[in-house]
Amino acid sequence: MNNICVYCELEEGKISDVSFELLSKGRSLATQLKCQLEALLIGHNLEGFEKEIFPYGVDVLYTADDARLSPYSTLPHTELTVNLFKETKPQIALMGATSIGRDLGPRVSSALGSGLTADCTELEIGDHEEKKEKKVYKDLLLQIRPAFGGNIIATIINPDCRPQMATVREGVMKKNIFNPNHKGKVVKLDVKKYVPEECFIVKILERHIEKQKSNIKNAPVIVAGGFGVGSAENFKLLHNLAAMLGGEVGASRAAVDAGYVEHDRQIGQTGITVRPKLYIACGISGQIQHLAGMQESSLIISINSDPNAPINKIANYVIAGKVETVIPKMIRYYKENTK
Amino acid sequence: MKNYKIIVLAKQVPDTRNVGKDAMKADGTVNRAALPAIFNPEDLHALEQALCIKDKFPGSTITILTMGPIRAAEILREGFYRGADDGILLTDRAFAGSDTLATSYALACTIKKIKDYDMIICGRQAIDGDTAQVGPQVAEKLGIPQVTYCEEILKVTDKNIQIKRRLERGVEVVECPLPLLITVNSSAPACRPRNAKRLMKYKHSNTLSKRQENDNDYVEGGLDSYLTIKEWSVNDIVCDAKQLGLAGSPTKVKKVDNIVFQSKESKRIEDMDEDISGLMKELIASHIVG
Ligand SMILES: Cc1cc2nc3c(=O)[nH]c(=O)nc-3n(C[C@H](O)[C@H](O)[C@H](O)COP(=O)(O)OP(=O)(O)OC[C@H]3O[C@@H](n4cnc5c(N)ncnc54)[C@H](O)[C@@H]3O)c2cc1C
Repeated sequence: MNNICVYCELEEGKISDVSFELLSKGRSLATQLKCQLEALLIGHNLEGFEKEIFPYGVDVLYTADDARLSPYSTLPHTELTVNLFKETKPQIALMGATSIGRDLGPRVSSALGSGLTADCTELEIGDHEEKKEKKVYKDLLLQIRPAFGGNIIATIINPDCRPQMATVREGVMKKNIFNPNHKGKVVKLDVKKYVPEECFIVKILERHIEKQKSNIKNAPVIVAGGFGVGSAENFKLLHNLAAMLGGEVGASRAAVDAGYVEHDRQIGQTGITVRPKLYIACGISGQIQHLAGMQESSLIISINSDPNAPINKIANYVIAGKVETVIPKMIRYYKENTK
Repeated sequence: MKNYKIIVLAKQVPDTRNVGKDAMKADGTVNRAALPAIFNPEDLHALEQALCIKDKFPGSTITILTMGPIRAAEILREGFYRGADDGILLTDRAFAGSDTLATSYALACTIKKIKDYDMIICGRQAIDGDTAQVGPQVAEKLGIPQVTYCEEILKVTDKNIQIKRRLERGVEVVECPLPLLITVNSSAPACRPRNAKRLMKYKHSNTLSKRQENDNDYVEGGLDSYLTIKEWSVNDIVCDAKQLGLAGSPTKVKKVDNIVFQSKESKRIEDMDEDISGLMKELIASHIVG
């Protein structure tokens, strides 16, 4: 049976969130296709990671353990993945749309001559009819992604080549434990057999990975500011409100570009995808690319001086007014009412 | 000192950063004609990296390779104005409908024909697709290593190159032997402006067919002068036709939809004290905050 395989990423000795998100999605696709879910973990000192991976419903975990495989480097990881896929012939292969996945994915797809769709926002199973040839393809992976700068949504398929490969950004899929007691089997790969010596020709001389400064992705409340906030100074108001509500500050790209706030707080198609309980959009007009990253928030409040700002259409509450006036009032009345 | 032979891959793209209302048709598809065609931004950053190497090693040469319609010769001219030595326009109906894999196959076959190179430099991704796939796929097809997300080239020697990479959450410095393919990030320095002298020199450069069309009787400098941009078709490269264009593309677009967001029944309130006090009370009462 052709299975689904997820390439699991390691960063600083930890499995990335995006990998768990992909395993969760992979599990539901595997159940639908009645096939197994497999995971591939490449790195060093991999003992014990199966305990983190199996609860996501993984049936087979392939590990490739070698000091030279950590940190990630293109050629050996590609070679390993390609050679494993040639043996196991997965029907679907998923990777994170991260620095690693976007370096590895295309190289693997080229070596296997299979199609790869980048930055999918939705993955579904469906049939496809090729009208001209009167041919019906059953159970294809429908790879849905924004196209053309986010102005349209395209559904991409790979009818004939396998694996059907897709990358997905962090935060787009939901992380779900399938069964805490689920047990799969670990298959240890003989690295020498899969990776020829000449793959180790790129040397990593230095490496600095910064600790993530904000924890926006998991914040229950996000106070996001846009270009309408007007200055870095005014962003302090947002920080105050966020701190009081136990949340984090997010931003639109225009606010990031204007230098009001750090890049790692950008929400949207080219930033983080979030779905908090409460999203307060302050001075954000609500362009498609921003909405793509926050439309699934449970409750949306928009503060905007323009009553016709597009974001107001998807907001539960619209406050017509200026950020500078409204936020201090929110802070005041929150304090008064929680005393 | 060694001279390097550099190939820069560039693409002419519709400017998706400024998609106005008139660029979207009523059925939700994009009216490409309404968008200006530009030099893909990160490819300009790539060109700058190549030019910096040429500054340091003056005998080095830069060839820009682009695949696209005849009109894409515009970006080769832009490259000449900034310091590129040569340009090749790969253009043929056979390439129409290519996905990233078919595109990289065509580019790799063309590079094999150019044959002699030390490095290939391109932008990380093009703004009309944002896939970041063509660079790594070309490298794989040529069987050479790749260094993606380059922010700075630190050192070049006859044998290898040191590159600072910008990762999502950090930086990495790697050393890679030549030849290799490098993809450049927008965090790398912007491209230098056009050089006035070169602008005068190359203003009239064009493909052979265009030059003949524009000036039937007399073509300045003759048809084989530096003003003639190389225009290669599928017949100029060695390739397997089955791997080109639509037929050679494993991915197919099943459908394209307009984006519609579910409008909500919004409650509108004013910035008055009572209204905001009321809202905060509601949020607290429903345990959304507090
Ligand atoms: C390929 C691509 C990817 C992109 N990715 C992203 C992304 O990931 N995230 C993202 O956010 N954007 C992204 N963008 C950019 C996006 O298209 C918009 O340009 C951006 O979101 C606009 O930000 P904004 O709403 O803050 O600014 P503007 O559109 O300028 O809106 C400012 C708003 O503030 C209001 N305002 C002004 N003054 C005040 C005041 N005193 N009080 C209250 N309201 C006020 C105005 O009425 C207006 O509605 C992307 C664009 C492209 C082409």
